[in-house]
Amino acid sequence: MEQTKIVTKSKPTGFYENFDRKVGKDKKTTHYCPGCSHGIVQKLVAEAMVDLGIQDRTIFISPVGCSVFSYYYLDAGNIQAPHGRAPAVATGAARARPDSIVISYQGDGDLAAIGTSEILHAANRGENMTVIFVNNAIYGMTGGQMAPTTLVSQKTLTSPAGRLVENDGFPIRMAEIISSLGAPTYVERTACTDSKNIMRTRKAIRKGLQLQIDKKGFSFIEILSACPTNWKMTPKDSVQWIKENLEPYFKLGVLKDISDTREARSRSQPIFDPATVFGVLGLKKEEKQAVRTSKFAGERRLKIAGFGGQGALTAGALIAEAGMNEGLHTSWIPSYGPEMRGGTANCSVIISDKRVGTPIVTTSDVLIAMNGPSLDAFENDVVKNGLIIVNSSMISRKVARTDVRVVYVPLTEIASELGLKAMANSVAVGVFLQHEKILERKTVCDVLTTSLKKQSALELNFKAIDAGMTFKEGQKKGITQ
Amino acid sequence: MKHELIKGNEAVIKGALLAGCTNYFGYPITPASEIAEAAAYYFPKLNRCFIQAESEVAAINMVYGAAAAGSRCMTASSGPGLSLKQEGISYLAGAELPAVVVDVMRAGPGLGNVWPEQSDYNQIVKGGGHGSYKNFVLAPNSAQEMCDMTIQAFDIADKYRCTAVVLTDGCIGQMMEPVKFPDKVVVPQEKDWAIHGTAETRKNVITSIYMSTETLKDLNDRLQKKYAEMQTHEQRSEDFMVEGASLIVVAYGITSRIAENAIKELRAKGLKVGMIRLQTLFPFPKDRLQKAVPLIKAMLAAEMSAGQMVDDVKLAIEHKCPVEFFGTYGGSVPTVGQMSDAIEKAYQKHTS
Amino acid sequence: MDKKFPTVEIDMTTCKGCAMCIENCPPKVLKFSTEFNTLGYQYAHYTGSGCTGCEACFYACPEPGAVKVIKEVKIKQKTTAGASA
Repeated sequence: MEQTKIVTKSKPTGFYENFDRKVGKDKKTTHYCPGCSHGIVQKLVAEAMVDLGIQDRTIFISPVGCSVFSYYYLDAGNIQAPHGRAPAVATGAARARPDSIVISYQGDGDLAAIGTSEILHAANRGENMTVIFVNNAIYGMTGGQMAPTTLVSQKTLTSPAGRLVENDGFPIRMAEIISSLGAPTYVERTACTDSKNIMRTRKAIRKGLQLQIDKKGFSFIEILSACPTNWKMTPKDSVQWIKENLEPYFKLGVLKDISDTREARSRSQPIFDPATVFGVLGLKKEEKQAVRTSKFAGERRLKIAGFGGQGALTAGALIAEAGMNEGLHTSWIPSYGPEMRGGTANCSVIISDKRVGTPIVTTSDVLIAMNGPSLDAFENDVVKNGLIIVNSSMISRKVARTDVRVVYVPLTEIASELGLKAMANSVAVGVFLQHEKILERKTVCDVLTTSLKKQSALELNFKAIDAGMTFKEGQKKGITQ
Repeated sequence: MKHELIKGNEAVIKGALLAGCTNYFGYPITPASEIAEAAAYYFPKLNRCFIQAESEVAAINMVYGAAAAGSRCMTASSGPGLSLKQEGISYLAGAELPAVVVDVMRAGPGLGNVWPEQSDYNQIVKGGGHGSYKNFVLAPNSAQEMCDMTIQAFDIADKYRCTAVVLTDGCIGQMMEPVKFPDKVVVPQEKDWAIHGTAETRKNVITSIYMSTETLKDLNDRLQKKYAEMQTHEQRSEDFMVEGASLIVVAYGITSRIAENAIKELRAKGLKVGMIRLQTLFPFPKDRLQKAVPLIKAMLAAEMSAGQMVDDVKLAIEHKCPVEFFGTYGGSVPTVGQMSDAIEKAYQKHTS
Repeated sequence: MDKKFPTVEIDMTTCKGCAMCIENCPPKVLKFSTEFNTLGYQYAHYTGSGCTGCEACFYACPEPGAVKVIKEVKIKQKTTAGASA
């Protein structure tokens, strides 16, 4: 004899037993109006969470709109998001918890108006999440204003004469837009009308969640829904209205499905292992307490200027880093922003035996002028008895000041002669080392050894520094032999 | 660790990674872009997450989501970006989520320009978004502090479940200085209130909507209590040549670095001037300022704005001594000479 | 003779009277009551016979716990030794 059992289809355990978070005495019913599709859709979600065994892993994002209180009902981890931002919040949660199941649940104002940007870009990144878009063509929570999906001629509180194309444009078909993007895996539009369509919606939600479980990325399910209260219709008439008015404009069906070919993507666990972290960050253990090797006392304020590409900023960083390695206080600050592109570039460098105050050099002890405009701009800011290193390859005029020390060096020609025009800055550093005697050649070369990107040019750079150091004025070119 | 010559902006990211930050969400803007660039470079190498968001609004909301999910997360921007982020920062406060935000201030209002200013003070220190909330605000004035205060910001954010802002300016962000990074890597702790996508945290909810007036009052009471605790325990400042001073300069960020030069010069000329450099802006170091009041004739609030921090100086000392103001704006950083002149003028006014 | 199962129970205290169950019931065995519940709605109820257990009402109902469908199902006979032991 066949055995039988009694089964009951009742409230899914994806819902809380009692809605204790709900304000007021009634802890059993939702706050949704009679005939509102939110209740139907959320029942499908609650059921799917349980059937797919993902309830513990689910992070449900409530939007702003009528479903703002979804966390009253759905027994999952709940995050309530700012208006329109659910997909961004969902992105943050999904990236922080790659093994969670993230459901971003939004209405039409939230998703298709104020949050258009967030939904498009979450979709475009192919975030591993499931978006449920309840489209009822009206703002429900605020009491019946026009939505981006409100139909042409449809009357709402903010389209009292009906939506006017010339004023409000056309209703937005979000599922079509999302399906036009490369990354989304699955996009379908369904309707919460009759049993057949509700069961299609059920299937779509479950498919979206399964894809997420399989780490197959972004799915988007738009559900045409009823808002009897704000449509001012009975629930029965609302269903009919969806069929007659919404469905012809918002066509039902699968708009995109690449789930068969989309590969699963997993994310790796973050690394905190100290050795790896230090290695990646390039942090080196201090073998012995840093000691000041420099005998320099006082402060030198440098301005190094040239046109973009002459390496003025790099030369400054080289000097600052060498100063640091000799145990001195140093700072380096560039002129930054749009003027870095093309035009002139300059940096301020300070080397001091004491803590550095302002890093900005307005009056300099040393000016390295690598082109004409730089000399014009900064000549007068050099202190009395200060040093000006003039790139005579590019600057034909003489320094007007008579109260400063000036060295004219054909930096560019010397560098070219050595075989690399881009090393004019290294020649300048050599000249600086020779005339200021603050830093050791060795510390400068050591910095280059560890930091020069083009290591094949290391020896050439050493030669450039030496050429700068040994250059004597009156010498026509840098190389004597 | 050995000293490293590094930009303040980049030091933020190395500090953040050492502090166990796993999620960075940002958007490029001068003069803060190096932070996003460094994050894009380093985060993926440690399997941590970097996303260049579609907007500042999205970035702060990604922070909201990642914070709700219990991770250490951050974003960074500059004035115009921070204006956009204010919505999210208000929600972070309302939902009591820990987050770190770095603001490398530029000149405003509007698009302004990319040069330094300190005119985000009000929008960061006073809240900025809707509602009665505060951010914890740290104010570094060196590349070293950009690292250290970023690390502290993560601890403070977790401790108080608040947004901790590292408020600095284009100069501090852009300059390179020697930085000694800590030789410790923080492994972030799980937070039992957050939503991890696990059975244990399924019961949790993160929200800032409280429909009853009682529960919303409770939230506000809780927030105000937290802010009072911060005010009691977390004020930070640094004295500079304060000994025997008749006039105290109050400044933060790059302005305090310029003031150091000016004060040294003026001390050499025999003027009794010093500085209290603010390291937290909320909580405002009012205890330290009040302690100074009986010993001095006046204060000078120096900042790169038309006058924002100065209001808090006056409030902190309850107008018990005169407060002069020196402000610059438009993106030009005051020279040491301009700063000296302003200090000297105030000094002469109140001591002769 | 009316069978005990399948049957449908509608919780009159949580029904909001939207009639989605009534509209979607294939054998048309659900009807509005003549009375109002404490929420103030004219609730749906089962006429007492003819339920096929199709669950259409359950899925059409927007309230989480208002509709309950109860039915008797066959237990699939397992033929393995373990199952009969």
